[in-house]
Amino acid sequence: MSVSPAVPTTHARQPNRGWYRRNEIALTPWLFLILPVAFFLTYVVVPIGQSFWISFHQWDGLGEATWVGMDNYNRLLGLGDQNIDRKFETSFWNNIRWLVLYLLAIPMGLFIALFLNQTVTGIRLYKSLFFFPFVISQVVVGLVFSWFYLPNVGLFEIITGFFGLEIRGGVLGNPDTATYGIIAAGLWPQTAYCMILYLTGLNAVDSEQVEAARLDGAKGWRMLWFVIIPQLKPATFIAFVVTIIGALRSFDLISIMTNGGPFGSTRVLSFYMFEESLSEFGFRMGYGAAIAVVLFFIMLGFIVYFLWSMWQDEKGAR
Amino acid sequence: MFPTPIAKRSRSAQLSYQAFLPLALILWLLPLLAVALFSVKPGADFANGNYWGIPSSFDLFSNYGMVFFESNMPRYLMNSLLITIPTVIGAVALSSLAGFALGIYKFRGNLLIFFMFIAGNFVPFQILMVPVRDLTISMGLYDSVMGLVLFHVAFQTGFCTLFMRNFIRALPYPLIEAARVEGVAEWRIFWYVVLPLMKPALAALAVLVFTFIWNDYFWAVVLTQGPNAQPVTAGITEFNSQFRAAYHLMSAGSIVAALPPVAMFFLMQKHFIAGLTLGAVK
Repeated sequence: MSVSPAVPTTHARQPNRGWYRRNEIALTPWLFLILPVAFFLTYVVVPIGQSFWISFHQWDGLGEATWVGMDNYNRLLGLGDQNIDRKFETSFWNNIRWLVLYLLAIPMGLFIALFLNQTVTGIRLYKSLFFFPFVISQVVVGLVFSWFYLPNVGLFEIITGFFGLEIRGGVLGNPDTATYGIIAAGLWPQTAYCMILYLTGLNAVDSEQVEAARLDGAKGWRMLWFVIIPQLKPATFIAFVVTIIGALRSFDLISIMTNGGPFGSTRVLSFYMFEESLSEFGFRMGYGAAIAVVLFFIMLGFIVYFLWSMWQDEKGAR
Repeated sequence: MFPTPIAKRSRSAQLSYQAFLPLALILWLLPLLAVALFSVKPGADFANGNYWGIPSSFDLFSNYGMVFFESNMPRYLMNSLLITIPTVIGAVALSSLAGFALGIYKFRGNLLIFFMFIAGNFVPFQILMVPVRDLTISMGLYDSVMGLVLFHVAFQTGFCTLFMRNFIRALPYPLIEAARVEGVAEWRIFWYVVLPLMKPALAALAVLVFTFIWNDYFWAVVLTQGPNAQPVTAGITEFNSQFRAAYHLMSAGSIVAALPPVAMFFLMQKHFIAGLTLGAVK
């Protein structure tokens, strides 16, 4: 008589299973991880450490690197008897401008999402078309906006000229306005991104709660503030994360629209770093790496906060 | 639903909403519409100061023909494809492996490795720039499509692993246990049980990575130079210096460069948005 087939087959082979088979469940994750982790270590984790190392050297990228200790940082931040690097100062404050103003994308995105959160014919197409700017590369966004801002003939000047406003040298030619002009261009796709996050979030808002609040007489702003926005918290968190990262990564737009000018007034740290390391003025890799490290530390504050929030979620999920 | 559905409002509110929608859209897309207008104008219009008026003649074919047949644009587009497609395949493949390992198994260091992938994602590119450029040069891959692909695969693996792992986490675990009881080898569980269920995630990631990589500019500038490996985002600047102040050609070029991800988005909209809004709803 044969016994039931499901279990015995595995049981019968148990004694002579190989080492691999016995440890299969412990080994498999590592076999699966080898390649992705190796790639990620080589191209992301190790280079971070190398950048720190390079930032203590003077190096043109070709010959021998000379150890200079904290010299790069002293020169950059004006420590010791050095004066602070003026270009660094401009870049740093521009980074702050980017950070603060870029966050406007979040309320603007929410506003558009609320505007579009209706069911009328063709609304789906409207939503996708409003999202459009995010899909286009920043290079093209930069080009489009630099034509929009063209002095004298650009659409922007025509519109502002209509109201009697004139910016000398055009938006991008004037050191006082150039950075704001670029940030406005960056806000365009970023707002679209926040909008799509909020549209998805609004879809998931608990309609029973909304109805209940409505019965209690809540509407308009109070409804939005006390009922809707708390439910949109996950969307807001992601919008915050992507906007902060986007603001600190701003490079493409600056490179395309002004290339750092006029008179270096639109530089940000990421652009200044690139300029120092790879520009025609010579390769100053050590100094560039030091700028990158400073940028990294600014980012690190946010990274730690993001990771901490995600960690809390993970613990909650367990 | 919030705000109050327009259907419950007065007739006049409905009508004004319907009328305002296209208006708002035109306003929102104004810069793009302007470029589209530029790209069908003849060059003479710009010389005559007719920037925003009606085109004096409709030159769509000659402008775009110029882009496709008398510039390096086709070469750049080809490079972009050669960079983007292998990156999509590589990053999605690697991250499915990593996502499976991190989503299914409990082992020491699991969360640590997972958080390494997430953290790496947030890092500013500039801190990787000098060492990655160096590494690429020392491998003899500077100014080659391969050099860019390898880096992009590695970097995108971070984001994709986050996505994959969370997706796999949400799959019904008893399915895997059942397969184990049946004595199915672990790699077969991955291949025959988990992978078929991951199709939506694979599609979402594929379109997202396609768009990210196609639109990349920074690494294109850092790791390549010249038409033999540069993608279209970097090539467009060369194109623009070739046709300096020829706005009709520059805008036609920009539209061509922007089109592939746009097409991807409209074809795969559902997956694209599912990928982007991951985590926006709990």
